[in-house]
Amino acid sequence: MAAVTADQTTQKTLGTASTAGGTGSTGATDVTDAAAAGHLAAFDAAVAADERIEPRDWMPDAYRATLIRQMAQHAHSEIIGMQPEANWITRAPSLRRKAILMAKVQDEAGHGLYLYSAAETLGTSREELLDKLHAGRQRYSSIFNYPTLTWADVGAIGWLVDGAAITNQVPLCRCSYGPYARAMVRICKEESFHQRQGYELLLALSRGTEAQHAMAQDAVNRWWWPSLMMFGPPDDASSHSEQSMAWKIKRHSNDELRRRFVDICVPQAEALGLELPDPDIRWNEELGGHDFGAIDWSEFQEVLKGNGPCNEQRIAQRRRAHEEGAWVRDAAAAYATKHAPARTSPRTPASAQTSASAQHVEETG
Amino acid sequence: MSAALALGDDALVLSHRLGEWAGHAPVLEEEVALANIALDLLGQARVLLSLVGDEDELAYLREERAFRNLQLVEQPNGDFAHTIARQLYFSVYQHLLYERLAAGESEFAGLAAKAVKEVAYHRDHAEQWVLRLGDGTEESHRRMQSGLDALWRFTGEMFQPVEGLDSPESGVDRQALQSSWLAAVTDVVERATLDLPSGPQTGGWAAGAGRQGLHTEPFGRMIAEMQHLHRSHPGASW
Repeated sequence: MAAVTADQTTQKTLGTASTAGGTGSTGATDVTDAAAAGHLAAFDAAVAADERIEPRDWMPDAYRATLIRQMAQHAHSEIIGMQPEANWITRAPSLRRKAILMAKVQDEAGHGLYLYSAAETLGTSREELLDKLHAGRQRYSSIFNYPTLTWADVGAIGWLVDGAAITNQVPLCRCSYGPYARAMVRICKEESFHQRQGYELLLALSRGTEAQHAMAQDAVNRWWWPSLMMFGPPDDASSHSEQSMAWKIKRHSNDELRRRFVDICVPQAEALGLELPDPDIRWNEELGGHDFGAIDWSEFQEVLKGNGPCNEQRIAQRRRAHEEGAWVRDAAAAYATKHAPARTSPRTPASAQTSASAQHVEETG
Repeated sequence: MSAALALGDDALVLSHRLGEWAGHAPVLEEEVALANIALDLLGQARVLLSLVGDEDELAYLREERAFRNLQLVEQPNGDFAHTIARQLYFSVYQHLLYERLAAGESEFAGLAAKAVKEVAYHRDHAEQWVLRLGDGTEESHRRMQSGLDALWRFTGEMFQPVEGLDSPESGVDRQALQSSWLAAVTDVVERATLDLPSGPQTGGWAAGAGRQGLHTEPFGRMIAEMQHLHRSHPGASW
């Protein structure tokens, strides 16, 4: 699961990379001013023409910083998002479901890796981003601060949380920054698969015993509103939206995507035989979409502030894994240093793979 | 005892233990690698258990005493080195065993031919990490040695005969298997600047304990967690 959201309205941008070829900020001389103006004009023209911005291209500092922030948050969401689902791996009720869940959690780690790599093209590093996550200086999606209390939650996450993420992410496949857009194409394919599996899990429960049906309904009741919050604050309170849309990082407003998501979910809930916990949902002929009830934004703000049900637990587990793994990363780095010349020798595909992985460990450690 | 049950339980139980690592691995690449290995093993377990009966009935409704897995694979994860020591011992054994089964003519030949490719990767992964931890830092060296030492006494069980697996047509000769295993493990351990453990290869139980349904204490807790939900909803499908 992944969730890129617009929910950090107060996030301070960190880790701005040094930019090759000058910056867009106020230049010291007329010459650099003129050069910067030229760069900016070329950048604006490229964005306007729907061309992709690539890592070596000039870009405004603020564009770079916004992308680093958003991609880091997206990567962090994949990594933290492993926890609520991994919570059920050892208790999955059939071997088929267990295999599906393990594969999904594995995919999430893979998505995190893609996204950290994509962010690294902007001049930051995975290590730096993880440090910021662990220090609470960068966010992950608010949704992962909710607990998975029953097996049905695994299905609700697949259907609703992945569904919301996909609604958010499909437009990102056309994002102006090339490496991000390409990562999203790969990620969206796998996410859609996860979403269908989650739906199918809930369908099996809904059509199962009375107890299973009740479990499914309870999970939907608990995950529905937090899923709607994944689209971020209402448009009139979303501080980053306007600029992100101008840069074509974002293509649709928070509220627009949220409405689209509700319209998708209503018929799916009917097909599932489950109710959405909102008595105010009804078809609006004029709008050609559904009206729905008011979101409790105070809860959203509390979760963002760190006061959600699992905020502390999630970050503590992440830090613990990192700290307890430090000696392993150190070992890989020490080994790589000792055996550096051996790495250039030809290898079989299998050991080359391991070697590449260890090298990555070294860079991280 | 059914040989399919023995092999299937080995894969099922080790897969479960590796699944416990999800979200706790030392580096993201290992989240992927450990989950990948766990999934391979679970896939093998499902095929093997299905040869015996219904995979879910066998996994979720048997009591502790009816499981036929090696005690080695049920051992708790411990630290990363402990997990890697378990992976080394088991994956070298499984690789050698499946190579032989794949070349033989038992009912496992086809399955082993497919699985042996996965297991070769598991073995490579374990060996590469034993080298890195053994020949890494002082701390990793100490931890790797300690993992190898702690699990050594569970290795003898792998070389007890299993009915149906040790017939002439299966291609498996346990004594040859044991000496190949020892040579391979010794080679890796030495290259990793570590010492081959010197204690007995079996604990206080008679050798072959796990195969007889005699398990270690952590195993009961493991299957309690594994089976709880399934058992709470008798007859339900998922």
